[in-house]
Amino acid sequence: MSTHTTREKLLWTIAILIVVFYALLPVLWILSLSLKDPATIGDGRFLPQDWSLKNYEQLFETDAFTYALRNSIGIAAIATLISIFLGSMTAYAIARLQFPGKGLILAGALAVAMFPPISIVGSLFDLWRQIGFFDTWWGLIIPYMTFTLPLAIYTLSAFFREIPWELEQAAQIDGATPWQAYRKVIVPLAAPGVFTAAILTFIFAWNDFLFANTLTSTDRARTVPATLAFFTGGSQFEDPTGVISAAAVVVTIPIIIMVLIFQRRIVAGLTAGAVKG
Amino acid sequence: MAAQTPATPAPVGRVGGRKRLTERARAERKLAYMLCAPAVLAMLVVTGYPIAYAVYLSTQRYDLRFPDDREFVGLSNYGEVLSSSTWWLDLTNTVIIMGFSVAIELVLGMVIALIMHRAIWGRGPVRASILIPYGIVTVVAAFAWRYAFDPTTGFVIGLGPISETWAPLAERAGSFFVIIMTEVWKTTPFMALLLLAGLALVPDELHEAAKVDGASAVQRFFRITLPLMKPAILVALLFRTLDAFRVFDTVFIQTAGANDTETVSILGYNQLINRVNLGLGSAVSVLIFACVIIIAVLFIKGLGASTAQQGDDQ
Repeated sequence: MSTHTTREKLLWTIAILIVVFYALLPVLWILSLSLKDPATIGDGRFLPQDWSLKNYEQLFETDAFTYALRNSIGIAAIATLISIFLGSMTAYAIARLQFPGKGLILAGALAVAMFPPISIVGSLFDLWRQIGFFDTWWGLIIPYMTFTLPLAIYTLSAFFREIPWELEQAAQIDGATPWQAYRKVIVPLAAPGVFTAAILTFIFAWNDFLFANTLTSTDRARTVPATLAFFTGGSQFEDPTGVISAAAVVVTIPIIIMVLIFQRRIVAGLTAGAVKG
Repeated sequence: MAAQTPATPAPVGRVGGRKRLTERARAERKLAYMLCAPAVLAMLVVTGYPIAYAVYLSTQRYDLRFPDDREFVGLSNYGEVLSSSTWWLDLTNTVIIMGFSVAIELVLGMVIALIMHRAIWGRGPVRASILIPYGIVTVVAAFAWRYAFDPTTGFVIGLGPISETWAPLAERAGSFFVIIMTEVWKTTPFMALLLLAGLALVPDELHEAAKVDGASAVQRFFRITLPLMKPAILVALLFRTLDAFRVFDTVFIQTAGANDTETVSILGYNQLINRVNLGLGSAVSVLIFACVIIIAVLFIKGLGASTAQQGDDQ
């Protein structure tokens, strides 16, 4: 590569700083809002004048948010596990086996990916009430699992196509049993792809608001986004801004940590799923 | 021999003669169907059945407040929705939000993709920071921007030339502005990453050749990069347009449809969940489904045309 002039370097630095600033601005803002003393929450300044943790104390005073966290984590984790399990079976068949109807399955998965959830919210609401799934974990796990299956299938089959499967046979020729060949050769090769698909699935389920809002009504299954939306503060005279901000920060931190650690994988997963589709 | 080159399973069978192929192929098919069945069934049952049920409900007069008053009313629910000014206003609002957010995202996403593609340094920080909006819960992003533009808490109000008394979320244009801004912030990263993947497919040699011929950077972008990226751009636009058409979370948190900013998803939600009018609400649901199909078909046709054209060019 040719050497770059100081001016070019400066321009790149400015461009990069603008992008980073733009991406982080609302996160810093909500963090600052959550750290403001409740009395100064309406001062309209970007940074807090009096730093305080009162909003966080208030957030955990009642069990509402703790329950929501528990529901969010549990529901998203179970939906992810099932989606990845079913998705990897399908993806294995698509990547490695010859069978008629492969295109149809991929087209169907694409159709589900484009499907508008709002169109089935009413049906699920009615059906779930009839069969007792309304306001339960399974009532949310089932739609989350379904709507993340396309993502899992596309991402996993893209990854599975890249695996050098002949290594499995090579290991067996070298004396490994089929189980050893699978566990010591194929599993480590497939793990990064499976893990990537799991992260994307988890983010999807963690983010959902529409189903969480419509298919739950109490602490029993209501997840964080729906709890936040209906948060009213400790008493009716209290402004919930600070508490909502604190809750927002609590649910954002794990996502930021995950994104920073697994950024390469997330990018690979997102683009593999979309470009191959 | 055959056992050492099993990367592609089918040809291996072929080496062993005709009979082994059919047996092997049959076993392979059986395994494939068994592996695919659970996922396919789940997708069919959880989307196919409810949408069919929604179509059925849309032909009923079915209000959960008067469950005994349920009867078949044919297409009259559709008549009621399509003849109401609310549906058309909401559809207009949805198209406004969709159009502006996707257009802005495409331009911004392209700029960010180009920065990441050509960056001399700093690709890592850019990638890490743009993934944060992608990972953040939409409801959280909507609250952050709502509070930023709120006259009592917001830092934006009174900033520089912005009036101290401006309350964007209390007026229609201002609400659209904040909603679109939130949508753009949240989903530009996805667009940028898809476009970046498309950029990587444009061969460097073409740029070098054009450079030698004296083409400027701008000319190279419009004459080489853009045409070659057309399929990638259309795929990104397809996903984002469909996603933006279903916009719900941001509007629900920021205005809940006040100041004439209601979208079709909010309308469906209000009918189904707040007014528990499952008949009328299902008609809205089915109409949204039909709109999504129309958008998808238009894009897929465009995509087919552009890939066919590229095939001809090569």
